[in-house]
Amino acid sequence: MNSAVIVFPGSNCDRDLAVALERLTGRKPAMVWHKESELPQGIDFIGIPGGFSYGDYLRSGAMAARSPVMRAVKDAARRGVPVIGICNGFQVLTEAGLLPGALMRNARLSFVCREVPLRVENSQSLFTANYDAGEEIVFPVAHHDGNYQADEATLDRLEGEGRIAFRYLDEVNGSARRIAGILNDSGNVLGLMPHPERVVEAAHGRTDGCRLFEGLLETVNA
Amino acid sequence: MKARVFITLKNGVLDPQGKAIHHALESLGFSGVNDVRAGKLIELDLAEGISDADIEDMCRKLLANTVIENFRIERLETA
Repeated sequence: MNSAVIVFPGSNCDRDLAVALERLTGRKPAMVWHKESELPQGIDFIGIPGGFSYGDYLRSGAMAARSPVMRAVKDAARRGVPVIGICNGFQVLTEAGLLPGALMRNARLSFVCREVPLRVENSQSLFTANYDAGEEIVFPVAHHDGNYQADEATLDRLEGEGRIAFRYLDEVNGSARRIAGILNDSGNVLGLMPHPERVVEAAHGRTDGCRLFEGLLETVNA
Repeated sequence: MKARVFITLKNGVLDPQGKAIHHALESLGFSGVNDVRAGKLIELDLAEGISDADIEDMCRKLLANTVIENFRIERLETA
């Protein structure tokens, strides 16, 4: 699997994601700077990392979503290339219109940085096929703007179409319906606030994130 | 020519920052504040010929996130 990690000024989880991808796919991802207008040829997976792109100016993810490389990411997503946005990457995907809703300031205003239990709500997606439906896993979160909000009709549609990939078991940031991660309507774009790339080796204390990348690799290589 | 764009959270969207400001005002002893909503003000210095429609386009494409925010444009006539 040939993957690309998009790098914005202010990204700070790009190397973590690259290390996880290299470890789990056997290939070094291409690191693509935000000013590029095209992705390298033959990319079959795109990761948008966590961080504070453009210093969170205007709104988290707002400036990054309008950067030149995002046009290429949108085209690739429309062609069906799997795209994952983690943390700030999730914010970028909503700002870019690739996922519905918005991520607002945490309801209690404080930065939340800890491990959180999650439930895998949809185990049929490209990203979650190696988990069991309803399985409880633990990923770390580290964010200030993770409070997912959308109008009721959108939330009902996400529920009805099985597009809520992960849900927090406990109250974390005020997210509507405790949403931690969602899929787009064709299922090839996932945005989530928790960090799967931070739980992929024994030294991390947990390896719950491995199966996300391994499942994706199996699907892409199938 | 200058214009101001006021960006506010839509009604019904919870505003944690507004709530915190409200609590802080109360803790300073200011009573009689029923609610606080926080927003943004963006000032644009524009060339001649930029229309209201152009500014609205800027708001929809970048300045406001219309999923959660409303915007209002105010033109300032310069002397």
